[in-house]
Amino acid sequence: MNVQVRSDPFTARDGEIAKGGVLLDVRNVSLSFGGVKAVTDISFDVLQGEIRAIIGPNGAGKTSMLNVINGFYTPQLGTIIFRGKERRSMKPHEAVGQGIARTFQNVALFKGMSTLDNIMTGRSVMMRRNIGWQMLWHGPALAEEIEHRRAVEEIIDFLEIQHIRRTPVGKLPYGLQKRVELGRALAMEPSLLLLDEPMAGMNLEEKEDMSRFILDVNQQRGTTIALIEHDMGVVMDLSDRVVVLDYGKKIADGVPDVVKADQNVIDAYLGVPH
Amino acid sequence: MLYRTAGQFKTSYEADFALFPVKQDSILLAAVLVLAFVVFPLTANEFAFRALLIPVLIYALAALGLNILTGYAGQLSLGTGAFMGVGAYACYKLITIFPEMNLLVAIALSGFFSAAVGVAFGLPSLRIKGFYLAIATLAAQFFLVWLFEKWAWLYNYNASGAIQVPNIDMFGFTVAGPRAPAITQYYFVLIVVSIVTFFAINVTRGRIGRIWKSVRDMDIAAELVGINLMKAKLSAFFVSSYVVGVAGALFVFAWRGAAEPNLFDIPLSFRVLFIAIIGGLGSILGNFLGAILIVALPVVLGFLPDVFGVPISSSAVEHLNVMIIGALIVTFLIVEPHGLARFWAVIREKLIIWPFPH
Repeated sequence: MNVQVRSDPFTARDGEIAKGGVLLDVRNVSLSFGGVKAVTDISFDVLQGEIRAIIGPNGAGKTSMLNVINGFYTPQLGTIIFRGKERRSMKPHEAVGQGIARTFQNVALFKGMSTLDNIMTGRSVMMRRNIGWQMLWHGPALAEEIEHRRAVEEIIDFLEIQHIRRTPVGKLPYGLQKRVELGRALAMEPSLLLLDEPMAGMNLEEKEDMSRFILDVNQQRGTTIALIEHDMGVVMDLSDRVVVLDYGKKIADGVPDVVKADQNVIDAYLGVPH
Repeated sequence: MLYRTAGQFKTSYEADFALFPVKQDSILLAAVLVLAFVVFPLTANEFAFRALLIPVLIYALAALGLNILTGYAGQLSLGTGAFMGVGAYACYKLITIFPEMNLLVAIALSGFFSAAVGVAFGLPSLRIKGFYLAIATLAAQFFLVWLFEKWAWLYNYNASGAIQVPNIDMFGFTVAGPRAPAITQYYFVLIVVSIVTFFAINVTRGRIGRIWKSVRDMDIAAELVGINLMKAKLSAFFVSSYVVGVAGALFVFAWRGAAEPNLFDIPLSFRVLFIAIIGGLGSILGNFLGAILIVALPVVLGFLPDVFGVPISSSAVEHLNVMIIGALIVTFLIVEPHGLARFWAVIREKLIIWPFPH
């Protein structure tokens, strides 16, 4: 899986960590907003090449956890070790530089731009030509644009959104917007892809499509994925390991079958009589 | 039928990236360029140059500068007039300090002064957005006009407090000053505007343009795809103010010939903002269409009574003019809230599929 051919978009960016090694290690992270504790003393890890699900009832702290991982929030306590490097606080665009990409619970696309431009924007960080070359639209700037366009077209093919290439994304139906958003995250060639409820609000067919894309991304491109999802059928089928949060605390962690049978998890989801 | 795109296939990304992937567009542009470079100079008289062609081009350029900031990067600004002033005063000082300097070079350099000032007044954009940012740029407007008035060094301690453009020669032509013929000034402006527009088109469709647009559409998502918001916003202020500064230098050197500080006051800012909004935010073509509507149409309308021999007093013409232009602006905005450029885009879209409705 970790063949190092940089130009092949279906290859993960880093070959440093072998499949099964620890890619992301979250250690004793606590995050609070004033008196509200969003996340309390949570530790878990994400292994290279796996699909890791984070589940839990509403308000359990799942999205806060993702926001901590990609640098949007700085936790008050705990450390995050990504690809062997420890960090406490960083800007989101620095996390992107390290190879973390994400999608959002509510679609966060650039509505006035076409599908193509949205996905191309995902490659902005990899583009280097300065404004002087861009003004001329010639030589290195054009070559760079073509190189990245090629990579973006591969993603467009992969996600089967060729027909909406030139459509402003604000005009697209919700299911396609979710797909474009996934495309934009893939364009960043992340080593860790965070998906915040990729299937929220979708019908069965769209969910099946999206599940297929997530598996393909994971298997063909070797991208490690951490996802939040409420559809338990999807979670249990897709993920290699599941971490369960409730009220900001970790209540279970393990392979789907074990988590499914865990009494704490059943209580959290179904409630317990007092 | 005229706009049929069937049969125009692209076989490389390079061809797809062409400035005008549709053949008819390039033919249309060629026609406009021939009109601007050949037909107008051959037919226009002194008045047409001074009252129509030159101001339309200069206002379009100023609106283009503002459009980069407001239409592409989504940062509202009310300080355009003052930034134009910075360009004009910088150019004036450069020309008086280095009389031998080529005017093109002086104008190109003066853009950097307004760009620097623009970045300084753009710093609040890192914390505030929308109307609040507009108020912050309004501060620039008042402060700079005050500075133009009070800092006598800027106008070389003239008793009048105004700047006067001297006669400036370039390659054997007088391009600025009282002796400059209108046709030379027209060509001068046209060439500068063409070059800057070409650059602006390329920048706005490339990486930097996408970064600006992503900041405009959703700044949080932009940050999370790795865009440095500070750099993106300040670069928009820089490029925008540069273009506005160049427009300001042309405004005084190639058109007005002289300027007092209050020329750059808030009415000028609003005028440029109106052109950008009515032309269409986030479009290059719109600035030219907007400038034609706001700058040229009143002049043309003023002549109509004479042409048709209707006996109306000139003051009545003036008032009618304001009413007609106002009504037109409201009508256009109701018909197409996204501006004249979108209006054209819709027409073009319909032409491409004509005679079919879909």
